Amino acid sequence: MTPLAGYLLVAALLFAIGLAGALTRRNAILVLISIELMLNAANLNLIAFWRYGPHPEALTGMMFAIFSIAVAAAEAAVGLGLVISIYRHAHTTDIDLMNRMKG
Amino acid sequence: MQETISFTPQLAASPIAEILWLIPAVPMVASGVIALLKQPKRRTAATLAIGSLSFSLLLALIAFVHVLGEWAHGGGIRETVNFTWIQVGSSHVDLGWVLDPLAAVMLVMVAFVGLLIFIYSTGYMEHDENYTRFFCFLSLFAGAMLGVVISNSLLLLFMCWELVGLTSYLLIGFWYQKPAAAAAAKKAFMTTRVGDVFFLLGIVWFFAQTGTLLFYNSGAGSLEPAALATLLAQHGALGLTAAGAIGLLIFAGAAGKSGQFPLHVWLPDAMEGPTPVSALIHAATMVAAGVYLIARVYPLMQAGALTGGTTTALTVVTWVGAFTAVFAALIAVAQNDIKRILAYSTVSQLGYMMAGLGMGGVAVGMFHLITHAFFKALLFLGAGSVIHGCHEEQDVRRMGGLRSDMPLTFVTYAIGMLALCGFPLLFSGFWSKDGILEAAQHWSVAKAPFYMLVFGALLTAFYMTRQVGYVFFGYWRGHKPAHESPAVMTVPLAILAFFAMALGVIGTPAWPWFRAFLDGRALAFHMDGFAEPGLIALMGGSTAVVFLGLGLGWWLYGGQAPKPEQPDVLEKAVPVPWVWLHNRLYVDEFYGVTVIAFYEWWGRVADWLDRRVWGGAVTGVAWLFRGWAQLNRFLDTNWVDGGFDKGCEELATGGGLLARVQSGRVQTYLRLLALAVVALVAILIWSSRA
Repeated sequence: MTPLAGYLLVAALLFAIGLAGALTRRNAILVLISIELMLNAANLNLIAFWRYGPHPEALTGMMFAIFSIAVAAAEAAVGLGLVISIYRHAHTTDIDLMNRMKG
Repeated sequence: MQETISFTPQLAASPIAEILWLIPAVPMVASGVIALLKQPKRRTAATLAIGSLSFSLLLALIAFVHVLGEWAHGGGIRETVNFTWIQVGSSHVDLGWVLDPLAAVMLVMVAFVGLLIFIYSTGYMEHDENYTRFFCFLSLFAGAMLGVVISNSLLLLFMCWELVGLTSYLLIGFWYQKPAAAAAAKKAFMTTRVGDVFFLLGIVWFFAQTGTLLFYNSGAGSLEPAALATLLAQHGALGLTAAGAIGLLIFAGAAGKSGQFPLHVWLPDAMEGPTPVSALIHAATMVAAGVYLIARVYPLMQAGALTGGTTTALTVVTWVGAFTAVFAALIAVAQNDIKRILAYSTVSQLGYMMAGLGMGGVAVGMFHLITHAFFKALLFLGAGSVIHGCHEEQDVRRMGGLRSDMPLTFVTYAIGMLALCGFPLLFSGFWSKDGILEAAQHWSVAKAPFYMLVFGALLTAFYMTRQVGYVFFGYWRGHKPAHESPAVMTVPLAILAFFAMALGVIGTPAWPWFRAFLDGRALAFHMDGFAEPGLIALMGGSTAVVFLGLGLGWWLYGGQAPKPEQPDVLEKAVPVPWVWLHNRLYVDEFYGVTVIAFYEWWGRVADWLDRRVWGGAVTGVAWLFRGWAQLNRFLDTNWVDGGFDKGCEELATGGGLLARVQSGRVQTYLRLLALAVVALVAILIWSSRA
């Protein structure tokens, strides 16, 4: 097994765990955490494909990962802000109860 | 009979001929203006009508003097002014007017008699509330009649002819509240229409053959030799030439208008109109329009005649005229209504004119037309004066002894009556009637018309004496005493009486001014005009006949007219013929059981066809479409509407189902997204493997 395949396997596992968490957990905070897990799985893929790709000397993969982490941080801030404002409004973080935007 | 006279064609019309159209136009315009006036504007209406007709008379006199002047310079003139009315492709319809001796004489007569009657009407119609309307119609009539006279086109003549018929209808029915007047108006209109249909047929045929309806158009007119020659070459029906057939068709129109048998029935009934109308329209002018028409198209009627011979058309004109003359005179003997006696007399005299035209030519017939216009207008106006004085009484049996109550009316009426009878020498009727009798005596075809006309003269003298005996002699048999009419009515009587006597001067055998003027020949005074063989004998004979008639009438009716309840003297003597004559020889009844019965039957048939056949077909189609509509409605409500409703229902259900997916739960969406991604990936993998 090449090192790249090992990284990809770990990343896939990480993504699956994140996806399962995002789809099943009821706590909005935990859903956000699961989303972070999936993002990090993606970041791990980026780094792995850069490190074992055709041009490891260019810093493209690293740059991509840093951008992604920055965007994820911003996204987590917005998500947490939303969760806090909902909590203030509805006194719960259960996303199954947050169904007022239905068609 | 008379030799063909050539009139010098005038290329450039004189100024008076150019403005000849004003003569009919001015009264017509006046009529239009009067029509716009309010009912109480009586004085304005009468002034407009009389003023416009005076203007026409003035122009007519100028035209007459002009024609007279040209005649004095030798030969007759005929000035025409023509213009194109309608142009369709290469064919065109021309209209125009003509100034020749015939038109000039007629213009003066119509305008002059018309003016006198207008003035008389201001007195006669004084108490009528529709005075304004009356003058509107009278003016229109005068305009149309003058239009008939000056027309140089058969079409223009026909238009004015119909206008004249319309005003006749309007004026007979002037007192439309009276059912008899309304019925008489309708009868007059429809009876003359019968003649006019034939007339129109003649016009169309004429146009088809000659390509023009202008009478005179410097060689190209329809009455000029070139056109007549083509007409003579054509064969019409029943062995007639086209000229003869067209002449007979036109004569049918003239017979309708001029009350010739068998279309005379409307004229006596037309007396339901106001008396000035009877005088102007149904005695002096309109009924003479038929005679004038024949005189106008005389070249056509005469076309093809050999020297001294006659044509079929003229022979028919003669026989119809002579028969009508006797027929109507017979009926006049047994009438009791003062105006009806005069009406039958008019029919009879029109018969004389027609016979005169047929046997003696234009001058003979036209001379009687002119003299008759004056004395018959006089008689009618006199009758109007009598009716007015006797408080609207028209039955001669309820009058009597009026010679002392109404002396002016009596004297003028007596003059008119003697002129009508043909009293020798002094009165115009004698000369004009003798002209006709003389022509009849020399007629080459048959002698019967001569004897018929002599018998008619006897009857004329008789029935007029009877009437005068009833009205003016004997004793007063009415209710309220009679009174003389105002001056506005008696002065026209006096003027007409003067002309009833004086006009004879222009047509004596010694000085045949009228004939020479109409024919455009030189005139000389020949005392030996009387020396023509047989003429003195004829005049003596006709005088004897007149005196016989007068004597008979006086013997039976002079001063001893019976009371209304008692039977007439003649009725006691010869009851059966009297009843026949009194009932107008049952012509109306005959039409009642033939023509009118046929039309009633035909009306019923048409009504039945309308209701059952055409109505049934229409109802059937309507049912068909109603059924079709019901079917459409059923399909609409059940299929189209049902299908649509079902579709909408399904869409709503589908929408509901989809709406349930959007539950608002974020995780549901995410699951669906994840499933979709999985499916997408699966499809991608599966398709890349293939």
